[in-house]
Amino acid sequence: MTYLAKSPWIIHYDASSCNGCDIEILACLTPMYDVERFGIINTGNPKHADIFVVTGSINEANREVIQNIYNQIPDPKVVVAVGICACSGGVFRECYNVAGGIDKLIPVDVYVPGCAARPESIIDGIVTALGVLEEKRKNHISSPMVTDHDHKAHHKHAQGGAQ
Amino acid sequence: MLTTQLLIFLILFPLIVAFFLFLAKKDMERAWIVKLSALAIGIASVYLLISTYNKGALLMSAIPAEPTGIVMFILEMLIAVFILYLGIVYKKWLVVALILVQSAVMLYFELVYAHSIHVQSNLFTDEFSVIMALIIGIIGSLISVYSLGYMKFFHEHHPEIPDRRPWFFAILFLFLSAMFGLVFSNNLMWVYFFWEVTTLCSFLLIGYTKTEEATNNAFSALWMNLLGGVAFAGAIIYLAMFGNGIMGMTDLLASGKIIALIPAALIGFAGLTKAAQLPFSSWLVGAMVAPTPVSALLHSSTMVKAGVYILVRLAPIFQSTFTGYMIAMVGALTFLIASGIAISQSNAKRVLAYSTIANLGLIVACAGIGTYEAIWAAILLIVFHAISKSLLFLSVGTVEHRIKSREVDDMNGLIVRMPKIAAMMVIGIAGMFLAPFGMLISKWAAIRAFIDVPYGFLFVIILAFGSAMTVYFWAKWMGKIIAVTSDSKNIEGEVDHSEWAALVSLAGLSFITTLVFPLLSTKLLEPFLMLNYGHVAQLSQDNIIIMILMLLLLVILPLSILIPQRKHKHVAPYMGGRTTTHDMRFSGSLGVQKKTVLSNYYLHEYFGEAKLRTAGIWICSAFIGIMFIATALRGVFL
Amino acid sequence: MINIVWAIVFVLVAPVIGGLVAGIDRKITAHMQGRVGPSILQPFYDVGKLFEKEQTVVNDTQTFYAICYIIFMIFTGALFFAGGDLLLVIFALTLAQIFLVMGAFAANSPYSYVGAERELLQIMAYEPMVILTAVGMFVATKSFNVSDIAATTTPVVLLIPGIFLGFLYVLTIKLRKSPFDISTSHHAHQEIVKGVTTEFSGPSLGLIEITHWYETVFLLGFVYLFFGFNPLIGIAAVIIVYLLEILIDNTNARVRWQFVVKSSWLIAVIVGVVNLAALYLLSGGLK
Repeated sequence: MTYLAKSPWIIHYDASSCNGCDIEILACLTPMYDVERFGIINTGNPKHADIFVVTGSINEANREVIQNIYNQIPDPKVVVAVGICACSGGVFRECYNVAGGIDKLIPVDVYVPGCAARPESIIDGIVTALGVLEEKRKNHISSPMVTDHDHKAHHKHAQGGAQ
Repeated sequence: MLTTQLLIFLILFPLIVAFFLFLAKKDMERAWIVKLSALAIGIASVYLLISTYNKGALLMSAIPAEPTGIVMFILEMLIAVFILYLGIVYKKWLVVALILVQSAVMLYFELVYAHSIHVQSNLFTDEFSVIMALIIGIIGSLISVYSLGYMKFFHEHHPEIPDRRPWFFAILFLFLSAMFGLVFSNNLMWVYFFWEVTTLCSFLLIGYTKTEEATNNAFSALWMNLLGGVAFAGAIIYLAMFGNGIMGMTDLLASGKIIALIPAALIGFAGLTKAAQLPFSSWLVGAMVAPTPVSALLHSSTMVKAGVYILVRLAPIFQSTFTGYMIAMVGALTFLIASGIAISQSNAKRVLAYSTIANLGLIVACAGIGTYEAIWAAILLIVFHAISKSLLFLSVGTVEHRIKSREVDDMNGLIVRMPKIAAMMVIGIAGMFLAPFGMLISKWAAIRAFIDVPYGFLFVIILAFGSAMTVYFWAKWMGKIIAVTSDSKNIEGEVDHSEWAALVSLAGLSFITTLVFPLLSTKLLEPFLMLNYGHVAQLSQDNIIIMILMLLLLVILPLSILIPQRKHKHVAPYMGGRTTTHDMRFSGSLGVQKKTVLSNYYLHEYFGEAKLRTAGIWICSAFIGIMFIATALRGVFL
Repeated sequence: MINIVWAIVFVLVAPVIGGLVAGIDRKITAHMQGRVGPSILQPFYDVGKLFEKEQTVVNDTQTFYAICYIIFMIFTGALFFAGGDLLLVIFALTLAQIFLVMGAFAANSPYSYVGAERELLQIMAYEPMVILTAVGMFVATKSFNVSDIAATTTPVVLLIPGIFLGFLYVLTIKLRKSPFDISTSHHAHQEIVKGVTTEFSGPSLGLIEITHWYETVFLLGFVYLFFGFNPLIGIAAVIIVYLLEILIDNTNARVRWQFVVKSSWLIAVIVGVVNLAALYLLSGGLK
């Protein structure tokens, strides 16, 4: 065991989630589940984080944000997709504005299914992620810088608008 | 006697140079005259230090006083006529009234008393005069050299302002001459004469650009300083009438508080006006309209330093008197209020102006307290303030020419755009408020001095709050300069070599003085204090070692940047998940592109200039009023 | 007067004590909230992890400022424990703090910028009280040297009780405890993300954490000075003060910066004037 696994700091991002999974994530912080006993802290700052916890699926508004947060987390880092929407798009999969699960955009290491995912399974997912994290550190696997060049931007964004 | 000749040289040489500069119309000629004479003045003032070293106070009586006195009186009257003429032309009736009162007083004095007064020694020099001479001779000369490049650039970019550079440089050197005269004169009438010349010079320099604003500010500076001049004239006539004709500075100091207190209060008041203390602070802020070297000169080595010089000189009289306490209170409150106002200022030169007023306030507070420890602190403050402040003004001037702005917020990322000048500014700012640089040593000394006097804790509390505010406004400015912006290019270009020479010398000086400060203290300040107070103040050996250790750390640590290190991964600043472009633009709502703009906090609601200044003017005027009433009552009853 | 041995002891031992204090702090906080909480060694794990992470920067000058911050904080603490001049210690502390602020400014990032401005406001808020504390100790013991103050037999705290309370008030600011954690926070407050430390990551953030441990030990040493006349009472007081800080931390929400500055200045003025005037008049009366 190294220090990395003893002190996983997370950043939680609500992509287009219905807030169901987000409430369950927050429930993990409550005295009932108390994830701080594993050293887990919800940082709210990608530059301090090790684990990227995403809920909800990708749409036009958040794809830029997900990439940005992912790129700003220092290596080694892992991504945990929480909830079925984050895993695959869930019931919104076929929507006109939804691109699908988080893995359409950034590499996901752990999938936590459920609608909403239960706190126990979220904690389990994060503990699984610690193993991946440790693996990455040991093998010096650096994560890719994700860009969205292939994606055809929405026409309003393409021009950049007025200043 | 060699020293006498040296003093006369220092007073007259800049005067002669001024004359030649007035005649020199070509840039080349002027540049050579200024550079060579600056060098000569610098060397002469250092030579003065060497030749008077360890000799204590020296009184010179070799000069024929009578004819010199008459020449001075005639010149004084000519100046009065000149000011009177300008006052009438520009319809500034306050100035007219003040100059009439002042001239009437002096005329009466000259006709009735002058012949009966004999001052044994008209010139003198001691360690304090030598320190002042070094400040004037070295910093003043460096500023003159800097002006060469600055004024050339200034007139190239302001074609609407008439190019009167011969006049400008002549006044600059006349100013230096008057300052030397001021610090070497023992005869109060001489001091008064040089005092009036500095008032005139500052008036002419502030109004140099002849714009309406410049003219108005020049006149406001003039009337405030003339008010001080009237008080000074009052002191002279009082001494002539009731003071047994004492007219020498040394005699005045030796004459005891009963005779000396009233004239000292009057001259002290003149010092307050010249040192731009509240309620007279507005002239120094208004003086910002002048070209930057003028501000540098007024703020660091001349003018305001004349005000505090005279207060420090008279400090033994103020010591543990009510008058002294009131003067100290005015200074302390000025320190507090001006530091507060500086927080709300976004214009770099105004920040500098208020910080000058604040620091002068601290010096005045020390002088008013007047104990040996306080004077030790005051003289250190004078020295270190002169160096850091001139460095800052000159760097701001150079920066202003390149970015076309004086706003602190426009200096964002200066370290990328103009690394060398930014480094100079950082040194200057650090010198103003960070340990182990001189200003902080002096503040420390001031705290210790205040604790030891009766009711000193009041001053300590004011100082504690004032210096907290000082930290705030300097640090936020420094933060602006060192912010590393990703989209800027180096636009430093070729800095004029005369500007550059002045900047580097001053930056070097601020390090060197901090390093040799123990020597400065033991070799110059301690003998001076010993002579005047019979006590010496000093820092303990341990503290000096620690301070030097800190300075070395501060010098060595930046060098670590030169060590090649692992390349770190660069990522953009966190913008709440938004992607930014290279120049920090991001798409805001509805896809509208926004540029990230970062601005300092100015806290107008709490530190607004208008509110604080009005309060300060009333409070400080009240204290000055109380001081005069109390001093007069004391004079009547004793 | 200067005792090098103590300085070296501080440099070596302070991070251990500071880290443990932080760990105990988190444990007690957790228990106050009805949680189990992390291991007492958790702060060490955190910092260990930060040093295992990759160093990412917005620009390279940031790491320089972080290094300067820790060096001058160690210098401050070492000077304090070596028995140096209290005012010089305070000035060195300001210098260290300014380096952190400069690091935040240097990143040119909105959140760290806001953090830097608020950190400066915080410095402005506590500085007068800290200087007055040093002055109060001088008036009580006739010396600015920490070695003399610590060795005095005068019950300092009884002479300057007002200043002691005022110092406790600003201590909350210095320890970055709620309600005064306006520039950065150990809690989940995220309005300004992490304020000054937003743009520091990996090893440089680790340095800042270690600096915070040094600072905690230094500040607790400062509290001890009030009780220098009796080491046992002193240590008990330090423990009680820290427990009190934890309680305040857990029972208050973050306040606005205006309140921080106004209230700490008001308190500094009141206790400064009242306490120093009382001491002055008393000593004058005794003469």
